Amino acid sequence: MLTYLIRRLFAVAVMLVVVMLAVFGIFFLIPEWTGLDPATMFAGKQTDAQALEGIRQKLGLDDPILVQLFDFFRGILVGRDYSSAGDSYHCEAPCFGYSFKTEQAVWPILADRLPVTMGLAAGAVIIWLIIGLSAGVVSALRRGSFWDRAAMSMALSGVSLPIYFTGLLSLAIFSYGLGLVSNEYTPMEESFSLWFSGMILPWVTLAFLFGAMYARLTRATMLEVMGEDYIRTARAKGVREPVVIRKHAMRSTMTPIITLLGVDLGALMGGAILTETTFSLPGLGQAVLKAIGEKDLPLILGVTLITASAVVIANLIVDLLYGVIDPRVRLA
Amino acid sequence: MTDTHKSGTAAVGEPVADARPPRAFLEVRDLKVHFPTEDGLVKSVDGLSFNLEKGKTLGIVGESGSGKSVTSLGIMGLHTVGQYGRRKAQLSGEIWLDGQELLSSDPDHVRKLRGREMAMIFQDPLSALHPYFTIGHQIVEAYRVHHDVDKKTAKKRAVELLDRVGIPQPDQRVNSYPHEFSGGMRQRAMIAMSLVNNPELLIADEPTTALDVTVQAQILDLIRDLQKEFGSAVIIITHDLGVVAELADDILVMYGGRCVEYGTAEQVFYEPEHPYTWGLLGSMPRIDREQTERLIPVKGSPPSLINVPDGCAFNPRCPYADVPKGNVTRTRRPELRDVGGGHRSACHMEKADRERIWNEEIAPKL
Ligand SMILES: Nc1ncnc2c1ncn2[C@@H]1O[C@H](COP(=O)(O)OP(=O)(O)O)[C@@H](O)[C@H]1O
Ligand code: SF4
Ligand SMILES: [Mg+2]
Repeated sequence: MLTYLIRRLFAVAVMLVVVMLAVFGIFFLIPEWTGLDPATMFAGKQTDAQALEGIRQKLGLDDPILVQLFDFFRGILVGRDYSSAGDSYHCEAPCFGYSFKTEQAVWPILADRLPVTMGLAAGAVIIWLIIGLSAGVVSALRRGSFWDRAAMSMALSGVSLPIYFTGLLSLAIFSYGLGLVSNEYTPMEESFSLWFSGMILPWVTLAFLFGAMYARLTRATMLEVMGEDYIRTARAKGVREPVVIRKHAMRSTMTPIITLLGVDLGALMGGAILTETTFSLPGLGQAVLKAIGEKDLPLILGVTLITASAVVIANLIVDLLYGVIDPRVRLA
Repeated sequence: MTDTHKSGTAAVGEPVADARPPRAFLEVRDLKVHFPTEDGLVKSVDGLSFNLEKGKTLGIVGESGSGKSVTSLGIMGLHTVGQYGRRKAQLSGEIWLDGQELLSSDPDHVRKLRGREMAMIFQDPLSALHPYFTIGHQIVEAYRVHHDVDKKTAKKRAVELLDRVGIPQPDQRVNSYPHEFSGGMRQRAMIAMSLVNNPELLIADEPTTALDVTVQAQILDLIRDLQKEFGSAVIIITHDLGVVAELADDILVMYGGRCVEYGTAEQVFYEPEHPYTWGLLGSMPRIDREQTERLIPVKGSPPSLINVPDGCAFNPRCPYADVPKGNVTRTRRPELRDVGGGHRSACHMEKADRERIWNEEIAPKL
C-alpha cells in the first residue's frame, strides 16, 4: 500500500505540473491568436504609450517565453514581484496575477468564492451518493416491484431534466411557494442554519442529476454481483443474507461507483456553474462566467487552475479509495 | 433392500410419499427442482432419491447440464435464498439430514446448518472466493458465523486448517488474497474453509474440473485423506467417471435430471447396466490406450429439460434404442429397477440382450 501511495502521489505531482503547463500555454497563446493585448486590457481607459510600456514591463510581457513560464510557476509556488521603473509591488503566493478589471489580486477574489463552490460540490456528492446508492440497492433487491419501477422512472427523469429546469422549479415550489427554505446565500460563518437552508435546494438540484445516474449504475452492478459465485459461497457458509448484501455484495458494487465518481468530479464543475447561476450563489462558477464576459484573463486562468487541481486531487482520493477497496489494484 | 447392499448407501427408487423416518444419515427422497422460465418449466432435477451414510462417499456422475449442481444446491437450501425478483424455484420431495427434513424446515434453521452441518466446495475456486478479502478473512468468517469466538482464536483455527490442507507457511499465506494463490492452492484454501466447522456432510461440486491435470490428483488425494480423518459423508460431483473411480463407495449416474444407474463403484465400473454409463466409461481417458481405439463416447447433445423426450430420455442418443421389443423405449419411461445386489438401472432392455451387448460389443473395447 505504501509504494502504491507514493506512486500515486508522484503521479499527481506530475499531473499538476502538466496542468499548469497546459494552462500557461493556452493563456500565453490566446493573446497571440486573438490579437488582444494584455497590456491594453489591463490598462483599461488610460492608453498612453508610456503607461502601456510600464505595464508590459511590469507583467514581463516582453520577456522570453521561458522566463515568463518560470515567473508564472514561481508566482504560484512562492509569490513574485511586479516591478517597473520606480514602481514595484509584491504578489503573495499563490499568485495568479491581477484582475484586468478590478486590478485586485486574483487569489483573494477566488479564495473568497472557493468555499461556496466546495460546499456546494461536497454536499451534492454526499447527497447523491446516499440517495443514488440506497435507491439502486433497494431497486436491485426488489427487482420488478413498484418501488423499483418508481425509483427507476425518477432516475430517468433525473438524467434527462436540465439543472435550470429542476432548479427553478424547486425554487418556485419550496422557497417562493411554500417558504420552506431560504432563497439566498448566507455565509456559513454568519449563520450555519441559514447557510444550510440556502444550500438545500442547490444541493438537491445538483445531486438529483448525478444521483439518478448512480442509482441506475448501482442497480445494474448489484444485480450482476448478486449472481457471482462468491456470493453463493458466502451463503453456503451460512452467512446471514443482510450481511451477504452489506458486506460481500456492497464491497464489489462500490468499485464501478468509485470509478465513475473519479470521472464525475470533473463533470461536477460544469453542473456547479449552472447551479450557482440558477441559485445566485457567489461561487467560482459565477465568477468565471463574469470573467469570461469581461475577457478577464487572469481570473479565468486562476479558476481554471484551481478547478483542474481540485479534479486532480479528488482523483487522487478516488484512486486511494480504489486501492483500499480492491487489493488487486495495490499490486498492479 | 439394504441387506445385500454392502456399502453404506442404498438407492430408493420408488417415489416415497409416506413420512417414514429416515434410515440413513442423508436421505434424499424423490427430489424435484423445477424452474419456471419464459420458455416453460425447466425440470432440472426430476425425482432423485439416494441415501448416504457418514464416512461414505457418493459419486454423482453425468454430463454437463444433467442437474448435478442443481441437486447439490437443493440439498444446501441455496435455491431459496436471494432470488430477488426472480421467479421462485419449485422444490418438492424430502431431504433428511441427520433426522431433520430440510425442505420443510424454517429457512433460517437451514442457514444455520449451512457451513456447519453441511459444507460445499465449488468448481472454480477463483470465482468462488471473494476477490477483495484475504483467504484468512474468509475462513475466519466461515468459522465465526457458527462459533462465538474472537478473531484471534478464529484466525488460529484458519491457520491450522490451511496447514492441514497442505498450504506452505500457512501463518503468512493466511493474509494473502485469492489472486495471490495458484489454482490448486485456492482449491486447497476452499477445502480448508469448508472443513473449518467439521461438517458432517461435504459436497464437492466438480472440485477438480477447473484445475491442471497434475493438481487434480493431489486435490482428490487430499479429499480422500480428509474424509478418513473427519469421517464425514461426502458427495463428489463430476462429469468424469475417472475422478470418482478410486474415491467413491457408490456411484449415481444422472441423465436429464434423473438417476439412470446406481450402484457400488464395483458394480458400476465392472458390470455397468445402462447404455449411457457404457458411453461414459467409453469416454474415460485411459493412459494405456490410443485415443482412436477407444469406444466412441455418447454422441449428440443432452436432452432439453423443458421438453424431456417421451419414453426413455436417452432414446434419441441411444445406439440400442431399438433393442427392446416394440416401441416401448419411445413411449414409456423406464423405471429404476433393481438388477441385483442393490444395483439399479433404468433401461427397458432384457437381461439377455444387455449381457450379450456388454460382453460382445462393449467390454472388449474398454
Ligand atoms: N436458476 C435456474 N433457472 C433455470 N434453469 C436453471 C437454473 N439453474 C439451472 N438451470 C438449468 O438446469 C440444468 C441443470 O443444471 P446444472 O445442475 O447446473 O447442471 P450440471 O449437471 O452441469 O451441474 C441446466 O440445463 C440449467 O440450464
Ligand atoms: S431404455 Fe432404450 S433408449 Fe433408454 S437406455 Fe435403454 S435401450 Fe437405450
Ligand atoms: Mg455443475
